[in-house]
Amino acid sequence: MKIDNESLAPWYFTIGIFVVWEAVCRLFNVSDFILPAPSQIAVAMVRYWKPLLYNSFVTLWTTLAGFLMAVAFGLFLGLVVGWSKAIYRGLYPVMIGFNSIPKVAVVPILIMWFGIGEIPAILTAFLISFFPIVVNVATGLATIEPELEDVLRALGASKLDVMRKVGIPRSMPYFFGSLKVAITLAFVGAVVSETIGANAGLGHLMTQAGSNFQMPLVFAGLMALAVEGIVMYAVTALIEQRMAGWAFRSQNSAGG
Amino acid sequence: MIKLQDVALAYAGRTGPVLALDGTSIDVARGEFAAVVGPSGCGKSTLMKLVTGLVKPTRGSVEVAGAPVRGPVKVAGMAFQNANLLPWRTVLDNILLPLEIVEPYRSQFRSKKAEFVARAEKLLDTVGLGGFGNRFPWELSGGMQQRASLCRSLIHEPQLLMLDEPFAALDAFTREELWCVMRDVWQRLKFTVVLVTHDLREAVFLADTVHVMSARPGRIIESRRVDFARPRDLEICYEKEFADIVHVLRNKIAQVRQTPAPVEAAS
Repeated sequence: MKIDNESLAPWYFTIGIFVVWEAVCRLFNVSDFILPAPSQIAVAMVRYWKPLLYNSFVTLWTTLAGFLMAVAFGLFLGLVVGWSKAIYRGLYPVMIGFNSIPKVAVVPILIMWFGIGEIPAILTAFLISFFPIVVNVATGLATIEPELEDVLRALGASKLDVMRKVGIPRSMPYFFGSLKVAITLAFVGAVVSETIGANAGLGHLMTQAGSNFQMPLVFAGLMALAVEGIVMYAVTALIEQRMAGWAFRSQNSAGG
Repeated sequence: MIKLQDVALAYAGRTGPVLALDGTSIDVARGEFAAVVGPSGCGKSTLMKLVTGLVKPTRGSVEVAGAPVRGPVKVAGMAFQNANLLPWRTVLDNILLPLEIVEPYRSQFRSKKAEFVARAEKLLDTVGLGGFGNRFPWELSGGMQQRASLCRSLIHEPQLLMLDEPFAALDAFTREELWCVMRDVWQRLKFTVVLVTHDLREAVFLADTVHVMSARPGRIIESRRVDFARPRDLEICYEKEFADIVHVLRNKIAQVRQTPAPVEAAS
């Protein structure tokens, strides 16, 4: 019974939040311009299911496109940065500087360059999400146990050997761990960019609905965002478990 | 096999150069089991790195197998206090790792895989880990991991085995068990061993010669032959001559510990 309760807990909490929300809206007679009740949002979702689905799909693919670019570029840059201390030292301040820029500030530039459309959203998703991948992969490479490196070098292993046999497999749990963070960031990037300037996507839909005072539809958009975010996070978490399971298992029962 | 002549090594510390070794000379014959003991921070690990060619001496000459050392020696097996097994590989794959790197095994690795696996399994048998090849490191106890680490250092049949306190983190019983494993493997394969240790009984039980190092900057201040007949039984640890040698070495180290060492003593 206890296990059952535990696995059902997320549902209890989610449903509980909606029940409280609905009750508050009805009790205090909150205007649906301010905060629409879940029932009104549900009505909007049913009514506008077609545009919601279409725009969700646009946001999904721009996010994924940006995310995949970030994975490829982040993995590459992480390996380069983790490879040599000199490159690490040289690039680190530049990357910190770049990462400190709020990406919202970059979106107008991207729109100027590429026009209104999906490309700015993809690029924003990419720019905002590659950083944690780089840092994680580089950390995984940089924290190889010195003794282990000595063992291999005393065998005549080249730097490439050490990387292939130890560095890269070792950094994989870091890499897959960073994907969870990166996909969430990519999603934020895509939606921010769509909100500022786009002709499709959930961000665009919500801006449009907002300017028409259709608050229930705005919130319906938020719901779609939440669902999409949870699904993408769950998928990357699953990939992490599958690809680097040894890291979880070895933490759970380290030989004493 | 190993010849160090008047070697000095300085490295950059936080407050300027630190002299880890100064005027160190040591001779280890082919097939000899040598132990190096000394107070902590005396540069024992530095000595290991010098011999394997991982660092270059500031002064003096290092020779291994009759040739001056210019880079990593490529013939050495190494084991440390931590087993350092790769958690994503099975025990067997961990042991095979050196064969994926050292020539001529490297280029034959695919074609002769079965032969290599058989060799690794035989080695596992010798150290009492038979049948554990398909386990992952985290499924093994500390002592078993250390046995696997020894197998990894021996799989490519190195002429030179460098051991840096490999038994230090184990409980007393496991440690003595592994001494015997080491003794038997060495007796059978007759490679050259340099064992760095804090444990004087370990040094006297296993080694042909025990070298005592001074406090930093490290120097060999005494080399003592241990002439007990081989194969040695653990029982000799309780004999008077054994205790006497340990006692003499112990006093020697107590002496050199008196001389104040610089604060920055991490080796």
